[in-house]
Amino acid sequence: MLEIENLNLEVDGRPVLKGLDLIIEKGECHVLLGPNGSGKTSLLLGILGFPRYRVTGGKIVFNGADITNLTTAERVKLGMGIAFQNPPVIRGIRLGEMVNLCRGDKSGEITDETRVLAKELHFTEEFLERDVNAGFSGGEIKRSEILQLMAQDPNFVMLDEPDSGVDIENMELIGGMIGKLLHRRERPSRRIASGLIITHLATITDYVDVDWAHVMLGGRIGCSGNPDQIIRQISEGGYEKCIRECQMS
Amino acid sequence: MHKRVPDVVNVVNPEDYTMDAEEHVPEDRSEIEGEYKKSLLEVGYDPDGEERSGSFLQLDHSVICSTTVQEGIEVIDSSEALEKYSWLSDYFWRAVAADKDIYTKAVAEKQTGGYFVRAAPGVKSIFPLQTCLFIGKERLSQNVHNIVIVEEGAELHIITGCSTAQDVRSAMHLGVSEFYVKKGATLTYTMIHNWAPEVVVRPRSGIIVGEGGTYINNYILMKPVKDVQMYPVTYCGRNARTMAQTVIHASKDSKVDIGSKVVLEGENSRAELISRSIATDQANVTARGAIVGSAAGVKGHLECIGLMLSNTARIHSVPELEATVEDAELSHEAAVGRISEEEIAYLTARGLSEDEAAGAIVRGFLNVDIKGLPPALGAEVRQMIRMSADAL
Ligand SMILES: Nc1ncnc2c1ncn2[C@@H]1O[C@H](COP(=O)(O)OP(=O)(O)OP(=O)(O)O)[C@@H](O)[C@H]1O
Ligand SMILES: [Mg+2]
Repeated sequence: MLEIENLNLEVDGRPVLKGLDLIIEKGECHVLLGPNGSGKTSLLLGILGFPRYRVTGGKIVFNGADITNLTTAERVKLGMGIAFQNPPVIRGIRLGEMVNLCRGDKSGEITDETRVLAKELHFTEEFLERDVNAGFSGGEIKRSEILQLMAQDPNFVMLDEPDSGVDIENMELIGGMIGKLLHRRERPSRRIASGLIITHLATITDYVDVDWAHVMLGGRIGCSGNPDQIIRQISEGGYEKCIRECQMS
Repeated sequence: MHKRVPDVVNVVNPEDYTMDAEEHVPEDRSEIEGEYKKSLLEVGYDPDGEERSGSFLQLDHSVICSTTVQEGIEVIDSSEALEKYSWLSDYFWRAVAADKDIYTKAVAEKQTGGYFVRAAPGVKSIFPLQTCLFIGKERLSQNVHNIVIVEEGAELHIITGCSTAQDVRSAMHLGVSEFYVKKGATLTYTMIHNWAPEVVVRPRSGIIVGEGGTYINNYILMKPVKDVQMYPVTYCGRNARTMAQTVIHASKDSKVDIGSKVVLEGENSRAELISRSIATDQANVTARGAIVGSAAGVKGHLECIGLMLSNTARIHSVPELEATVEDAELSHEAAVGRISEEEIAYLTARGLSEDEAAGAIVRGFLNVDIKGLPPALGAEVRQMIRMSADAL
């Protein structure tokens, strides 16, 4: 589904990714680990083609087509979606309207479909009247991002730290929704959506079964493999040791 | 390169406009039911007066409608009112000085209409009262003097529209408005301006809010205009409260210098001023806001935000705070800039095109939560803002 080959990426002129390779097949769910500032968020925004994230080398292939030079809007049309780590406040656009927009409905009226979905994510009707992200708590932002993704229902789902700062009950809720988005309840051969999830503490892997884990360091994927094993190695010896051991074996 | 664009303080001589207007009579409704109807509806004036507690309509210099359906609320021509009530002279030129400038002088010397509205003590208006000052003649100068008195404990909502006939290009509107909100009373005043590209507009307003009174001002300008300049001043007594919300979309060659000043002269009085302006094309906007705190325990906040949508437009944001007592709490927030790239990117990640995203952000920016209005009127005003944002 997604193939990234020798990707070099600059953020506002500053090189962040240096020869990154990554392959995600249809129906798979991958997690991405790595220290703060290692370029995880930049990778996601680069995949999505955000204007300030410029590819200076390599290519991104999505469903067989080279999308390296497509705009964000075009990539989204092809089926990409993201839950942001730090989304901006959008003044004057209510969350309910935003959820409509995600579904392609441009009317300003909040629909029953939106209300039902919001309820699944434990949002009240009043909450839907609030401006998007204005004064949302950390956990509310996570849920609102997932709510928007559910309405959008993309085939390639990127989630930037959906498990950071989330309480136990909400973690269960969010985990369940991500499982749904990624068709994890279906037999592997019937899963259409794929996912790439950034996580630090790997909490999400307690709620969503994951096929692969990658460790990012110095602008590249230093190590890929079985999630349980990699997470154990990182928590025992840190990122660098994990990568060294990985490269030796 | 630094582009110097002067502030707008165009002196336009009232003498350059004509004072000769044909008379219009109330019996003849052909114009307001016909060619003017659309323009009237666009500024919130419904000629049928549905869901209104009263109506006042002035065409050029003729008052062609002044009716009320609610007891305790009176609406008449202000010069007629002055003849009818001897006490009323005390209210003329008290909140605005007659010799303030050439425009107030012009109104003092040659008044041509205007309304007197009074809500009797304790009366609460169910529906808003609508007023409209309409210009149908080219090069006309309309010099109105409006007086609004909301007596103790009363509550009044006024929606006022100013507009011109579709074939009028150039005219002048001078309007002196003096509002008196008595003890514990509430007045909301929602003004929608919809002028032609060559119309010069000089409203001059003063508002005196008595003890525990509330005054809420909403101002909406969405269509091009040659030049509007206004700066109403509100004086708040003890525990009085005022809120002003201004939404401006300035396009073409519009020159707009709009703001308001609040003097918190009574203990514990409060003010909140919010102004949002968008400038496109060659528009030149000066957005002002000033709060003066001169009594103990006063609090005021002003927000002045401008969105630039062109390289040839200009927004000059002028927030001012002045305290003359120790115990005043005044703050402001001002920002001018283009649409945030990050916000556009966020919306494109949800499936909007870049243009759609920009449009949604602009609509959102104008979608100020218009406070203090009865729900139906609030929805109506939001609808009007939405319509003009959609037209962008
Ligand atoms: N707009 C920018 N201008 C300059 N540098 C930037 C910009 N955005 C990101 N960076 C830098 O790029 C590097 C990678 O940032 P990125 O946000 O991708 O890291 P991350 O791995 O997601 O970190 P975290 O775990 O803290 O979320 C960081 O050093 C960051 O400071
Ligand atoms: Mg990050």
